[in-house]
Amino acid sequence: MYQDVILDHYKHPHGRGLRDGDAEVHHTNPTCGDEITLRVRLDGTTVADVSYDGQGCSISQASASVLNDLLVGKELGEAQRIQETFLELMQSKGKLEPDDAMEEVLEDAVAFAGVSKYPARVKCALLSWMAWKDATAKALSEEATTA
Amino acid sequence: MTRIPGLLDTEAIRKDFPLLDRQVHEGKKVVYLDNAATSQKPRQVLDALNAYYERHNANVHRGVHVLAEEATELYEGARDKVAAFINAPSRDEVIFTKNASESLNLVANMLGWADEPYRVDHETEIVITEMEHHSNIVPWQLLSQRTGAKLKWFGLTDDGRLDLSNIDEVITDRTKVVSFTLVSNLLGTINPVETIIRRAQEVGALVVIDASQAAPHMVLDVQALQADFVAFTGHKMCGPTGIGVLWGRQELLEDLPPFLGGGEMIETVSMHSSTYAPAPHKFEAGTPPIAQAVGLGAAVDYLSAIGMDKIAAHEHAITEYAVKRLLEVPDLRFIGPSTTEDRGATISFTLGDIHPHDVGQVLDEQGIAVRVGHHCARPVCLRYGIPATTRASFYLYSTPAEVDALVEGLEYVRNFFG
Repeated sequence: MYQDVILDHYKHPHGRGLRDGDAEVHHTNPTCGDEITLRVRLDGTTVADVSYDGQGCSISQASASVLNDLLVGKELGEAQRIQETFLELMQSKGKLEPDDAMEEVLEDAVAFAGVSKYPARVKCALLSWMAWKDATAKALSEEATTA
Repeated sequence: MTRIPGLLDTEAIRKDFPLLDRQVHEGKKVVYLDNAATSQKPRQVLDALNAYYERHNANVHRGVHVLAEEATELYEGARDKVAAFINAPSRDEVIFTKNASESLNLVANMLGWADEPYRVDHETEIVITEMEHHSNIVPWQLLSQRTGAKLKWFGLTDDGRLDLSNIDEVITDRTKVVSFTLVSNLLGTINPVETIIRRAQEVGALVVIDASQAAPHMVLDVQALQADFVAFTGHKMCGPTGIGVLWGRQELLEDLPPFLGGGEMIETVSMHSSTYAPAPHKFEAGTPPIAQAVGLGAAVDYLSAIGMDKIAAHEHAITEYAVKRLLEVPDLRFIGPSTTEDRGATISFTLGDIHPHDVGQVLDEQGIAVRVGHHCARPVCLRYGIPATTRASFYLYSTPAEVDALVEGLEYVRNFFG
C-alpha cells in the first residue's frame, strides 16, 4: 500500500499552501479527522491552479500532491476525465489492475491502486479529489452568476 | 518472558478465546489491542448463544409452551446475573437495551417527557464533560435543543483530568441532570465520582454515569456509586453486540414515563389509551435481544468466576508496564494521564508527526490491532489540538509480550516514515 511514490509525495508535497483562487472548499473525513482546504483558479476552461492546505495521513496528503501535479494546466474536460478515472480506480476494491491506458491518464496516481483494497483508506485517497470536484463546480457556478 | 506481579494466568484464559489464536496477514499472530472498542468473546459465551438458539429459542413472556417458558427463564435469568454483577438492590432496576447509546438516549428522553420534579425544560441546565463519548454528548444536545435547557460541561486539564476547579459554577441550583463517564474511552482517565455526586446531590440534580469503559474492567457497584442511572454495553465485556444495560433507581423508574411504546411494555391497551407494565418491562418495548441477553449473562458468569478485582489488578499491572515501555519510544506523546494513578487500561498517544492512520495501518501489517481516529470523542482531540490519536487498550487476556510487540511495532513505524 505504501508505494515509494506515495511516501515521496507525502514527504515532499507538490503545490502545497493556499494561493488565490476562484472558489474555496473545506472537506473533512469524519471517521479519521483528515481535513483539507482547497482552492481552484480557472483561466477560461483551463485549470490554472489548485492550491491546498490541510492535515491528515500520508495517503490523503500524498493524494492531494499528486492531484496538483496531474490537474494544474489541464483543460477542464481532461481534468474531469482524470478525476473520474481515479475515482474508478479507487472504487475497484483492489480488483482493477491498471493497464497502460490507465497509467497514461493517471501517471503517479496509479500508485494508489493498492489503497483501494482498504475500504477504510479509500476516503483518505479521495478527499482532495472530491474537494477539487466540489470547488470546480462552485467556481463554474460563480462564474455563471457573475457573467 | 517478563514476570510482573498481579497478572492473571493469561495462558489459560487465552485458551477460552478462539479468536486470539487467529493469524492475519500470512502467518502473523493477531495482537488484539482494541478492547476499548470491543472485547473478544470466550467460548463460554459463544456456547451459550448457540445453545439458546439450538435448544430453547422462542419469544419471551408469552405463550405457555415449554420453549417459551425456557426462553423467558433464560432471559430473566440473565437479568438476575447482571443485577448481581452490579450489586443492584433489585433485579427490576435492570433494563435491557441494545447498547450504552440507547441506554443514555433512553434516560435523556425519560427526562424530556417527565413531569415535575424531573422535567428538563428551558429553565433548567444539563451538565456533561468535555471527555464524553459522543453517545453521552449528542443525546443531551438533542434534549437541550428540544427543551431549551442549557447544556454546560466541565473542561479538561492538560494532563487529561476533569477540571473541577469551577464545580460550584458548573453545577448550580438550575442543574437538573449531571451525566459523565466513569472511565474515558480515549484518555483512560478514571473520574472522581464522589466529588461530582456530592455537588450534584447538594443541588438535587440527577446523576447519570456512563460505565461503558468501567463495567468490563473493575468492580461496578451501583449502590456504592450512589448514582441515579448507570449505563453500559455488553460487547465490551465479553458479551455479544446488541445488548446494553440501563440501571436506574426503582422510584425513578416508577415515576418516569416510558419512551418507546409497543408490545411487552403495557398493562392494558384500549383504542383510546394504555397503561404500562411496571419497570423494567415499561422500558423494554417489543421483542428484546433475547439471545444477546443470555450471552451477556454467560459473560457476567465468566468474568465473575475470574473475579473483577483480579481483572482490575491484571489490567493495572499491564498498564503500568505499557506506560513504562511506551515512554521509551522517542517522539511518543501521551494524550491523557502519563501516570497509572486513576487510569484504566486504555492508552492514547501521538507519534511525532506521523498521522495515527498511518501508525495504525503499519501496525496492522504486523498483525497488531489498535484503534486510530478520534474514538467518538472528537471534543477531546480538539481540546489537545490534534486531529486523532492511536489508542491501545488492554483486557484480561492481554500480555506483557503483546505490549512488547506494540513497542517494537512502533519502532518499525518510526523507521518506515522517518
